[in-house]
Amino acid sequence: MTLIECASAIAAGSLSALDATNAALARIESADVHLNAMVHVDAAGARAQATAVDEAVAAGQPIGPLAGVPITIKDLIAVGGQPLTAGSNMLAGYVAPRDASVIARLRAAGAVLLGKTSLDEFAMGSTNETAATGPVRNPWGLDRVPGGSSGGSAAAVAAGYGYGSLGTDTGGSVRLPAAFCGVVGLKPTYGRVSRSGVVAYASSLDQVGPMAATVRDTARLFSVIAGPCAADATSRSEPIGDYEAACELPVAGLRVGLVHSWLAGLSPEVHRAVMTTYDALLAAGATGAAIELPHAHLAVPAYYLIAMSEASANLARYDGVRYGHRAELHSSDTLDTLYARSRAEGFGPEVQRRIVMGTWALSSGYYDAYYDRACRVRRLVHDDLQTALSACDVILGPTAPSAAWPLGAHTHDPIAAYQMDIYTTAANLAGLPAMSVPVGLGDEGLPLAVQLIAGSFKETTLFQVGAAVEQRQERLSGPAALQAAIAGGQ
Amino acid sequence: MAWELVIGLEVHAQLRTESKLFGPASAAFGGAPNSHVDAVSLGLPGALPVLNKEAVRMAAIAGLATNCEVQRHSVFARKNYFYPDLPKGYQISQFDKPICLAGHLDIDAGEGPRRIRITRIHMEEDAGKSSHRAGGSYVDLNRAGVPLIEIVSEPDLRSADEAVAYLKELRAILIYIGVNDGNLEEGSFRCDANVSVRRVGQTTLGTRCEIKNLNSFRGIRDAIGYESARQIRQITAGETIIQQTRLWDVDKGRTAAMRSKEQAHDYRYFPDPDLPPLLIAAEDLTAWAATIPELPAQRRSRFVSDLGLDTEMARLLCEDPETADRYERTLGQDQSPERARSLASFLTGRLAGALNKSERSWADIDTAMTQLAEVHDQWRDGKLSNKMLTDVLVAAFAADASFADALESARDHTGLIEQDDGALDDMLAAIIAANPGQVAAYRSGKHKLIGFFVGQVMRQLQGKANAKVVNAKLKALLDG
Repeated sequence: MTLIECASAIAAGSLSALDATNAALARIESADVHLNAMVHVDAAGARAQATAVDEAVAAGQPIGPLAGVPITIKDLIAVGGQPLTAGSNMLAGYVAPRDASVIARLRAAGAVLLGKTSLDEFAMGSTNETAATGPVRNPWGLDRVPGGSSGGSAAAVAAGYGYGSLGTDTGGSVRLPAAFCGVVGLKPTYGRVSRSGVVAYASSLDQVGPMAATVRDTARLFSVIAGPCAADATSRSEPIGDYEAACELPVAGLRVGLVHSWLAGLSPEVHRAVMTTYDALLAAGATGAAIELPHAHLAVPAYYLIAMSEASANLARYDGVRYGHRAELHSSDTLDTLYARSRAEGFGPEVQRRIVMGTWALSSGYYDAYYDRACRVRRLVHDDLQTALSACDVILGPTAPSAAWPLGAHTHDPIAAYQMDIYTTAANLAGLPAMSVPVGLGDEGLPLAVQLIAGSFKETTLFQVGAAVEQRQERLSGPAALQAAIAGGQ
Repeated sequence: MAWELVIGLEVHAQLRTESKLFGPASAAFGGAPNSHVDAVSLGLPGALPVLNKEAVRMAAIAGLATNCEVQRHSVFARKNYFYPDLPKGYQISQFDKPICLAGHLDIDAGEGPRRIRITRIHMEEDAGKSSHRAGGSYVDLNRAGVPLIEIVSEPDLRSADEAVAYLKELRAILIYIGVNDGNLEEGSFRCDANVSVRRVGQTTLGTRCEIKNLNSFRGIRDAIGYESARQIRQITAGETIIQQTRLWDVDKGRTAAMRSKEQAHDYRYFPDPDLPPLLIAAEDLTAWAATIPELPAQRRSRFVSDLGLDTEMARLLCEDPETADRYERTLGQDQSPERARSLASFLTGRLAGALNKSERSWADIDTAMTQLAEVHDQWRDGKLSNKMLTDVLVAAFAADASFADALESARDHTGLIEQDDGALDDMLAAIIAANPGQVAAYRSGKHKLIGFFVGQVMRQLQGKANAKVVNAKLKALLDG
């Protein structure tokens, strides 16, 4: 059953929200010992929300577009009354005092919140291996990473922990795990979704994005969370599209751009997947266009410099003074040594690495060479994409260079790990919407995906093309590796 | 060879907004510790700043009122440093693109008008307050995030007097336009001074020191005096001045260098990605400009040219708009220069003095200013003696009295001896007859003795006589 089918069945009274929620909770119970995707499950709260929906349906009261639909939330987003850890020991024990704006929207739409999903610490990672609670495993291959940083959300959706999830995407953190886990993930236009109540990693790049099994399900979630927010000065008030309706539009006449330089470094199966998708779109009546992005190779270094610089300031508030981890006070401590030890104990190595590099990049004497130069490169990448998107309606390319790689493959080589973001960071730098859509399984039985990028606030185009890509795929059935593990464990 | 002081001032003025610069919590002074806080001023995870538009308006009109060019495009930046009263680990401030540039103020510190250039005005949030007591350190975040403007002058000031004149003028302007309450004690108007010295005629600037912790005009004057003398002494002794931040110690009356560690900050400024550039629409600026009232300088010159006040009195009355408003309200329609001058000294002298000695405040008596104007007029017309005026005011300001009633009854029992009363002439004649020695001395040239005779009259009449009349009559009798 899809998210939309679940919502329809609950609205029609043919499925009880409580049953749907109990099924999701049971699935978490049986599967998460293998995946480690959840960091907090709010079974009682979820059941109470589901019961309220069932009562509303029984009473004939109007219900929202997600009424009774169980979903999960990346633990970077505040859910009032629930722990908010950002995947870090620094925030162990911290309970969010109130809902993020996106959570308030989900509640108003009737969604049932199952709990919080694992992530790379403070969203810093592409593999979900930097999480304080340990790595999350890919449901399609338990020895594989789920991608990151929203790895818990992607694994949860793929494993059937409810019908969707909210992740966040700063340099690919929704799209990459979506690609690795065989689900749909959308990184919206910057400013389309409120960041209020979302732990900041890199403020000028962060966006909350929906993840679900199908393009239409993703559109339903996105319709609920998109829109202006008075609590976020960077949110925008452009009109909201009809994203579900966009999924029904034909692609005939659309111009699909292919970035040739992006085809070079791909694994053969990803290359094949991109080209097959391109051919299929042309066969459906779209026209093709060759696109050049002359500065695309600079996107990753520019992205990391900007993200680390912003992060070095964004994470300064975690000082142990008001909340979060504070080191035990020694008699010899000064304020500075207490700060240093609290932060050294609370933050993991990747977070510390990024804070130190960001601090360096902003320092007097280095600012021009690093942060400022990165901002100028960002402008070039932005202009490249704008030029490209005047010649086509949507850019087609890979989400990741390969299918999910083994756990631990890049643990000791962070630069190699950073290169995995090569196709995703450009959309963040340019603030453009981008979507990862699954296109079947590769040679090793792992999901493959393509990425679509459209112009500012043209998410409708992504849903239109994404639905067309999806339509010619066979629906992926439940991940066999996980099924086998559950069966083996019983 | 003579020395010259070179002073530039950085003034932090708290904007009188209801809420903080980037969050909904109250910006009011005081309150129980950590009671004026919100997610933004606590620096909670996920909290985002949203700019207070009223603060923007106030900063913009502060720029307009100080002849600045208000920038249509300005940028907020993060100033990064760790301190427990800085919850986010950075202060949001404007750095290289402030809201106002290139203004000036005209001041007069007694040596003619001088134009002091203003480099810039930028907006920023205040930090919280740390206090260190036995048992630990405490942080109060009520002040964290309160909106400030920082007004930076060029190093155009040449004396402590000029510095104080500049600060008083700036303070008056900010109070007039309603953006600041001018309270130095509560720290809502505070100042850092950059001080250097050089030989007269030298065109390059000397090495400056920044003095912090100045919270009174007296302190500013004393600190500049101390610091410039220290620098001159040091240079004269062949030592060099080290650029540093120094704290004014009001108890010891001297400045002392902050620890060098506290000065070694690299603030790593960069544009705050949570806040889009601040854009001000031309029509907003026009509308705001129209709300600026008459400024102190204009008001002073009107008081001089239209009412005939001298410049010092005009300056005194115009230091804050309440005093100037009260004066104009009390003056009413009869604005002859003679009455305008007399009423001005009445308000700033006898009335202010009597009020000072009482438990009353200006606010208590503002409703009775018409009656006070009548009392003034009676006194000016000689119907009340100085002594009687004092008695009336003391009675009226008594803590338990109804102010209006006191004035009314005071008017009834003034009992002033009328000028044409024959009894006065008889009394004067008797006093002259009784003091032949004093009369002879007076007539031999000791004219100051007139005071002796006036005193005798006043004693007999218990002060209830018009001193001017008594004076004139006595003079006629003694000289005649």
